[in-house]
Amino acid sequence: MTRKNIEILVGLFVLVGALCVVFLALQAANLASFKVGRSYTLTASFDNVGGLKVRAPVRSAGVTVGRVADIALDTKTFQGVVSMEIEQRFVFPRDTSAKILTAGLLGDQYVGLEPGGDDKNLAQGDAIRLTQSAVVLENLIGQFLYNKAAEGPPPNAKK
Amino acid sequence: MTPAQALQPIGARTLEVLRSLGRNAFFFAELLKHVPSALYRFYLVVAQIHKIGNYSIVIIAASGLAVGFVLALQMYYALVKYGADESLGLIVNLALVRELGPVVTALLFAGRAGTSLTAEIGLMKAGEQLAAMEMMAIDPRSRVLAPRFVGGIVSMPILAVLFSTIGILGAYVVAVLLIGVDAGSFWSIMQSGVDVFKDVGNGIVKSLMFGIACTFVALYQGFEAKATPEGVAQATTRTVVISSLAVLTLDFLLTALMFSTE
Repeated sequence: MTRKNIEILVGLFVLVGALCVVFLALQAANLASFKVGRSYTLTASFDNVGGLKVRAPVRSAGVTVGRVADIALDTKTFQGVVSMEIEQRFVFPRDTSAKILTAGLLGDQYVGLEPGGDDKNLAQGDAIRLTQSAVVLENLIGQFLYNKAAEGPPPNAKK
Repeated sequence: MTPAQALQPIGARTLEVLRSLGRNAFFFAELLKHVPSALYRFYLVVAQIHKIGNYSIVIIAASGLAVGFVLALQMYYALVKYGADESLGLIVNLALVRELGPVVTALLFAGRAGTSLTAEIGLMKAGEQLAAMEMMAIDPRSRVLAPRFVGGIVSMPILAVLFSTIGILGAYVVAVLLIGVDAGSFWSIMQSGVDVFKDVGNGIVKSLMFGIACTFVALYQGFEAKATPEGVAQATTRTVVISSLAVLTLDFLLTALMFSTE
């Protein structure tokens, strides 16, 4: 085989490899969802962020509108500060509230945005005031037990 | 037996192991030193990529397809019990991109390309071709070994991504076309769960490491083979055994380093 033919075949081989990487990146992984256009950042402070992770979706009415960019602890208020990147084309009123919700019974946690009625919109760097923390199962059970104990013994307990 | 006599085999063994490690290290350093000269004469590298890479495409593609098929079928039986059959694509993708793609490709590579490298160089040595080259003041390390080394390192990641891609397409054929899993959720759950850099990128880094390890073992065994038919046969066997063990050990180490839980 001449050197030219070999070079053509090797070029083909490398091209196939490049195409495979493109396929893996675009069709089989999340590169396409990385840069979905320009975005702006909102922050929200939660008493408890639960199992929320960076890159978790931010949803409004079930539609994904952005991603969690960063989770940090504010050492003054001891609240978890969640920064979210919201796509530019989605705007929300200023009294929008944020909740940490769980997809399904055991699914991953995400941030749910519930729009309010203000006529001014949230802009880059704004903080969402109204927040509701993640539900922590231990706290829930603890509260349930505490309420049960506070009720006192059931009336027919002595029998 | 005096205590001194009992100690002697232990010492001899240790020295033997250390000596062989040293030879490996020096050989590796020599190879690295000659890589620039191989890159300078790039047509030699191209010819080796053709031999190592192009000729391995068929076996890699066939194995990838088979692994994708079987993985999809088995995972489907397990997942459908929990009503999670739509996560099939995600599981197959992660398994292929993170582990099976690089590892199985490396094992096949050791069998398909590593052995031929060892046998070729071993026979060159047995036929005194390497000695003849030295007589002509051509360093066989830069003329024979380095182009093969670079060729192997370039070929392995390409073959590994080809394996993963064909495996995922095979899983798509079984899951979506034959079983009837919804195509939209097959891809979208896959896309939401696989990270380009953490999963795909790390898989490629892994295969690059395996490429270095497998090619190095094959070249070392060929170059150090006894210059007899039996010696070449032994060296070829050792190539497969040592590369496979090296790949599996490296894989465990790399996985522990790369995919720690967040």
